[in-house]
Amino acid sequence: MARPRCCVLEVSGLRAGYGAVEVLRGIDLAVATGEIVALLGSNGAGKSTLNNNICGLYRPFGGAIRFDGSDIAGSPSMRIVEAGLIQVPEGRRVFPNLSVRDNLELGSYRRGRPARARNLERVLAIFPRLDERLAQAAGTLSGGEQQMLAIGRGLMSEPRLLILDEPSLGLSPLLVEEMFALIGRLNGDGLAILLVEQNVVQSLAVAHRAYVLENGRITLSGKAADLAQDPELRKSYLGH
Amino acid sequence: MFDPQIIFAGVLNGLLAGGVYVLVAVGLTLIYGVLHIINFAHGSLLMLAMYAVFWLWRLLGVDPYVALPLVIAGAFGFGWLLYRGVIGRFSHGRDENILLITLGLSIVIDNVALLFFGGDTQTIDVPYAGLFVEIGAAFLPLPKIVSFAASLLLCAVLGLYMTRSDTGKAIRAVAKERQGARLVGIDVDNIFAISYGIGIACLGAAACLLMPSYYVTPTSGHAFVLVAFTIVVLGGMGSFIGAAVGGFIIGITEALGGLFLGEQLGQIGISLIFILILLLKPTGLFGSRA
Repeated sequence: MARPRCCVLEVSGLRAGYGAVEVLRGIDLAVATGEIVALLGSNGAGKSTLNNNICGLYRPFGGAIRFDGSDIAGSPSMRIVEAGLIQVPEGRRVFPNLSVRDNLELGSYRRGRPARARNLERVLAIFPRLDERLAQAAGTLSGGEQQMLAIGRGLMSEPRLLILDEPSLGLSPLLVEEMFALIGRLNGDGLAILLVEQNVVQSLAVAHRAYVLENGRITLSGKAADLAQDPELRKSYLGH
Repeated sequence: MFDPQIIFAGVLNGLLAGGVYVLVAVGLTLIYGVLHIINFAHGSLLMLAMYAVFWLWRLLGVDPYVALPLVIAGAFGFGWLLYRGVIGRFSHGRDENILLITLGLSIVIDNVALLFFGGDTQTIDVPYAGLFVEIGAAFLPLPKIVSFAASLLLCAVLGLYMTRSDTGKAIRAVAKERQGARLVGIDVDNIFAISYGIGIACLGAAACLLMPSYYVTPTSGHAFVLVAFTIVVLGGMGSFIGAAVGGFIIGITEALGGLFLGEQLGQIGISLIFILILLLKPTGLFGSRA
């Protein structure tokens, strides 16, 4: 099946897992330029496995991952970062022993180095809270601030596609609102985003399209607005 | 016999000896901080570096201080290659394997040194070896003052490198958060190799600073590493500041122990500190690990 070259990310027939255990059993997924795509699924559906294979932390068993037209399946993570595919991981993974500034600067370790100063200014304009805490060790930040830092670190590398893995996890309801508003704003500047979430309602509200992952397979996909009305989805995730 | 002036001289001598200890311990603690293993080959590699300094002097007439940049660079390259070619390759990403490999390496290096260099004690004769500086009642050998100052300077340079340069920051990032480091595009395996290289480069520097006033045999590295290990535990595993402060405490302890108990028994103080720190504060003076 031929797809238009519009796609930043195109995953086809991806199989992956750990050791002998196959978690993903043939995933097809695409993110177009300038699009927010939500990947929904409960715990253990395989969302993080998919992420980590796309980002080169694990080697897929089979299938193809095309980013900007070239196959990146099995490439080391540094090459994938170099190409501009940046993951903001679940659990933030900030460097706790380094200052907020150093964390952000390391965001441009592999990519975006020449424009480091300009990007730092831009990130601090998006997250004024980080500006107040530049010299503070990242490990002493609150959960919400660490999430901002993780996203800011990702933005420092001038991503062509940003994967956000459960950005709302562990945040207060107010911060969750802010987080989704931010995702909309980042996308408004033209950034393609793959949003991996359990928070179905708000993800569908901000996304253009969505996929539902269950037991290592895509069981539903389509326009976010349509999925929000899907009786099946409403039943399994919203309870009505 | 316990004249305050003699004690003063003892403390100064211990402080000076502490300089090189700091260098050896900083290398050990850096490797521990990043790779999460104790480098059992540390003593053997120090001995190897000391032989390198010795042979550079014996065959080419290079003064140990002149050889310093060369030996540091060579030791870094050797450590980097050792990690890339042997330690990283055969560890398959498991920390406990790295531990065993460094232990094996140490046995191999020691015996190869014995085979090629023999068991004789080798020393270097430099014209400044007999020079002393008088401070109060203390006569301090010039080579020890040089080694103290140079050790501190090198540690300061390394500290700046670790806090200011991108590679230094990447090393510290990898030490605490490997996954996060991969996700910003840091080549974690290469950072491991660089960290190991820097740790061994510290030994290269220590070897140059030691040789004007010390001797080398195939086993002379081990004494230093036992001391360095005590320093690392005392200061807190993986802590730079801890290694520096611990180095001086141990240096002074050793000197005073030698003064009161004699050269042979003087080392007891070090063991005593080791046991006390394990009993009272197992994380060390500056340790952060719970």
